[in-house]
Amino acid sequence: MNPAPLEHLIVCPRCDAAYKLKRPVAGERAVCQRCGMVLIAPRRNAGLQTIALSLAIAILITAATLFPFLTIKAAGTSNSVSILDAALAFSNGPLLALSLTTAALIIFVPLARAMLAIYVLVPIVLDRPTAPGAMQAFRLSEALRPWSMAEIFVIGCAVALVKITDLADVTFGPAFWMFAVLVVLVVVQDNFQCRWSVWNSLEKS
Amino acid sequence: MELAGEKLDIISAAELGVVSCTRCTRVWPQGTQTCGRCGRAIVARDKKSLQRVWALWLVGLMCYVPANLYPMLQTRTLLSVQEDTIVGGAIELARYGSFGIAFIILFASVAIPVGKFLAIAFLAISVNRPSQATNHSRQYLYEIVEYIGRWSMIDIFVVAIMSSLVQLNTLAAINPGPASLFFALSVIFTMLSAQAFDSRLIWDVQTNPKAAKSDE
Repeated sequence: MNPAPLEHLIVCPRCDAAYKLKRPVAGERAVCQRCGMVLIAPRRNAGLQTIALSLAIAILITAATLFPFLTIKAAGTSNSVSILDAALAFSNGPLLALSLTTAALIIFVPLARAMLAIYVLVPIVLDRPTAPGAMQAFRLSEALRPWSMAEIFVIGCAVALVKITDLADVTFGPAFWMFAVLVVLVVVQDNFQCRWSVWNSLEKS
Repeated sequence: MELAGEKLDIISAAELGVVSCTRCTRVWPQGTQTCGRCGRAIVARDKKSLQRVWALWLVGLMCYVPANLYPMLQTRTLLSVQEDTIVGGAIELARYGSFGIAFIILFASVAIPVGKFLAIAFLAISVNRPSQATNHSRQYLYEIVEYIGRWSMIDIFVVAIMSSLVQLNTLAAINPGPASLFFALSVIFTMLSAQAFDSRLIWDVQTNPKAAKSDE
């Protein structure tokens, strides 16, 4: 026996608490009273901002992959690496699998998520019918979320540099700064997007 | 913080006789198999969840053993070749006076992974046995495990950066050791294990204490 029709209910995915759905206005947040999970957090122009951020992320990743990332100098010899070189460091023998995984975690997964976000959100923001397969695209993007590790890679850089600086001089290439900006954008984008609102718009159209 | 709609005195969806999608939060009548909105398979309570958690947990633990036994880094200089395991490398650093970095390495590569194994095991056991910890603290523990899980990959990235960067012909070279592969696998399987855990099980103990104690 249900007091309200099912569309007017919302259930916390983390603790299964059921609530009557009351959509918060932009800027407010609907939070589960039991476990504190943020259920709905709409923002004004969130779609447009997410598209802009995703576009910037896609461009920065592509550029940061190609330019030199770090350069090391010691006793006359020097060595310059790009992010792709770093990812492919494990390329001998059985460690090749690890190389491909690393490349995916720091380059391809963040890039794929940015492009999926653009693909899903552009028609929604323009009030057009949703793109074919938009549901699947957003589903994939959500599944990839924990595996996007660009920000972890940057902190890893800091640790590696502390370890190396005793040994040799390390200078930053342009890609290093691009990647640093990129990380900020990825974190901002993740916190901007209200997933519930996206699912809701995808359902309606 | 704002409220999520009107408070229904916190009734769970299970008590209300409905099921919900854990991905897009849409509610469906009981017995629905897949979410009509996002297509996710709907399970009222994932009974097999714990089996998956334990299976992945065990694989993660098995990978963590060789990750500590094999060398993580091979450092070749003009005079010597040195192979360091995770703990060995930290001890080496401490011997040379870098206590700070040694501590960080031990904390990130030993304390956190071991803590994660213990935390997941505790959560999985506490679902079936009443424990002293409140639901809120167990939920909090689960969030920490989920959040920190990804950050263990930092070790792998450090090895990747160091071994690609320090390639100075004859002078010095750093190469990754076999432990890096096992460590990465261990991190990935622990992440999958934490993801497989159905956190709604934590809260069932509160809403239905009898069902939690008796074997269903």
